Amino acid sequence: MTEANQSSLHLDDQSSLHIDDISMTFSLPNGSAVEALKSVSLRLAAGELLSVLGPSGCGKTTLLNILAGFLAPTGGQVVLNGHQVTGPDPERGMVFQRGALFEWMSVRKNIGFGPAMKGVPEKQIRQRVDELLEIVGLHDFGDKAIYELSGGMQQRVALARCLANDPDVILMDEPLGALDALTREKMQGLVLKLWKETGKTIILITHSVEEALLLGERLLVMAPRPGRIHREYHLPFAELGVDADLREVKKHQDYGNKREEILSMIWEMEEEIMGRKE
Amino acid sequence: MLVLAIYVAIFVLAYVIYHLIVGRSASKLGFNARKTVTFGDESAVTANRSASVISVVAIFLIWGAFTGSSVSPVHVPGPFVGDTSFSYTATNPQNQTDEATVYVRVGFIGEEFGKPEIPDNKQSAFAKDDAMKVGAWRSGLIRAQNNDDGGKKKGYRITAIDGQPIAPKQSVEVSDGIVNMTAKGSLSFVPDKGWQMEPIWLPAPETIVSRLIEISRDGYQNVALSENIGWSLFRVVVGFLLGSIVGVPLGYAMGLNDWFRGWFDPIVEFMRPIPPLALIPLVIIWFGIWEQGKISLLFLAALWIMTISARAGVSGVNISKVHAAYSLGASKLQILLHVIIPNSLPEIFTGARVAMGVCWGTVVAAELVAAEKGAGKMIIAASKFQQTDIVIMGIILIGVIGFGIDILMRMAEKILVPWKGKG
Repeated sequence: MTEANQSSLHLDDQSSLHIDDISMTFSLPNGSAVEALKSVSLRLAAGELLSVLGPSGCGKTTLLNILAGFLAPTGGQVVLNGHQVTGPDPERGMVFQRGALFEWMSVRKNIGFGPAMKGVPEKQIRQRVDELLEIVGLHDFGDKAIYELSGGMQQRVALARCLANDPDVILMDEPLGALDALTREKMQGLVLKLWKETGKTIILITHSVEEALLLGERLLVMAPRPGRIHREYHLPFAELGVDADLREVKKHQDYGNKREEILSMIWEMEEEIMGRKE
Repeated sequence: MLVLAIYVAIFVLAYVIYHLIVGRSASKLGFNARKTVTFGDESAVTANRSASVISVVAIFLIWGAFTGSSVSPVHVPGPFVGDTSFSYTATNPQNQTDEATVYVRVGFIGEEFGKPEIPDNKQSAFAKDDAMKVGAWRSGLIRAQNNDDGGKKKGYRITAIDGQPIAPKQSVEVSDGIVNMTAKGSLSFVPDKGWQMEPIWLPAPETIVSRLIEISRDGYQNVALSENIGWSLFRVVVGFLLGSIVGVPLGYAMGLNDWFRGWFDPIVEFMRPIPPLALIPLVIIWFGIWEQGKISLLFLAALWIMTISARAGVSGVNISKVHAAYSLGASKLQILLHVIIPNSLPEIFTGARVAMGVCWGTVVAAELVAAEKGAGKMIIAASKFQQTDIVIMGIILIGVIGFGIDILMRMAEKILVPWKGKG
């Protein structure tokens, strides 16, 4: 660790996430290199809700994998609560798009997986799981098998499983991407509710502009080649959506304007990529 | 060819008659009945159980019809059995001719029957009547001229059978068979064989059932049936378990570690396509023909299949699951125990089913080569004594047991890995 890095550890309060000049360069077998991320820096205070949006290839999934600790960046560092991120850790929970639940376990066992791995007593796990089942609205489904649940219910289990570990940061990789529109809207409400009730820092990656607007106090639009932060917004909709119907929020004048603005921004980037290819 | 033609005829007839009686759509119930496109829609094709029943019945009917069995109400013509006769015309060196009769009795091999009596009427001339016995499906040689006056002299010959001229190497059809003349002028009578199969080729179904009852009661060559089958099953289970105990951890190691994968990849990929039967000679040289040899062979048969299925099970783990488990704080050991092993179980079960099938086939083959006891040993011993009924009974038993093993494995799979195919 360099001295500059050392000093950055003490810049802010302890319960925050610092993304410090992260770069990620992959070498390809043919000798060329791809810059998936270039000099990405970001600071998140505890309890912030950040959504990340961008055209494909902008490095948003790479960024999330670095935050989760599954990838080590080729430059820069991630610092959470005063220590550098070097690998996966229960302090950073992860919710995947799909297929990350353990089909061989009941819903209850899935949710209690984290505590069980830590050796928390059975009785305590049970109590915690019951609470979480209630919170995500699955109180009758604890003893069901995973494959007996619908896609939306499975994502509720994934959220509950992540919360059971009481992480400081929750990373979501398109958690609602595989759901139908109606279920998706319900789940968006649930995510907002959980954010408000638990006060967790949440970073959510999405393809959907609407979802990014609704589920982001802060919204990052990333640009590709090299992957970088293009634009950042501070938005009121998440806060509004905690209490109001999400469809009401969507009627907001500013919501429509922002959506058009961001959509055309992403379209431009996509077209630029296509142009460059030709 | 005849049997095949009859089988095809039954197939077509059953189809036509079934659809005349039941109608076209009656076999399709529920939602499928409303489908207008069925040709090409595999899901709309379910096995017609009536066809399955007719198919099995047809096999037994044909089997019964061609063996003269009581399970079939109709029979194809059987071999000629009973008394018959043909006359021969002999010419002596003086060119005088005379006629005599050969009385023939045809009976089943294994049943007691003697030569027919010669009615003592016209024995005055130089040609004398003869009597012979022939087994059904066989032929009998008779030197009809031997008892004739002057029959052994040079120039004495038989010139006609039932009035039809005959010469050496020619044949004449008579009422219940064919008379051939050998190159040296003797006669050979072949009674009509009919269309039915001789029991030594294909015994009737009931013979096999009664043989099964007899052998399950008394054993075969002083070995109880349960002992023969028990030994085969014992070898399969031991060989399979040993193969799994080594193969599954090896497969995991290959799925989890690059050095293990690199080291064992050439060995596994080379050994996998070698049929276990090709190893029998080497295994006999190395381990001898007794239990050690057979179990080593089955071990090798199961080993590669289990290794590959365990390796496939590990590579089949969705990386999201592993990432999720790490994010939830699981250690490497916990991930192995709680994620990788349970996730690979469906693959391992599929492998186990294949391995059990291969082992069962291999054990029977190995027992054919050398064994003291076992299902394969029983049928190879029976074949040496031409006890076709025991051979067929053994083959059916081996098939039924192999099928039973697969059903048991499938039941175990349903109970132990209910999530299979539902991820």
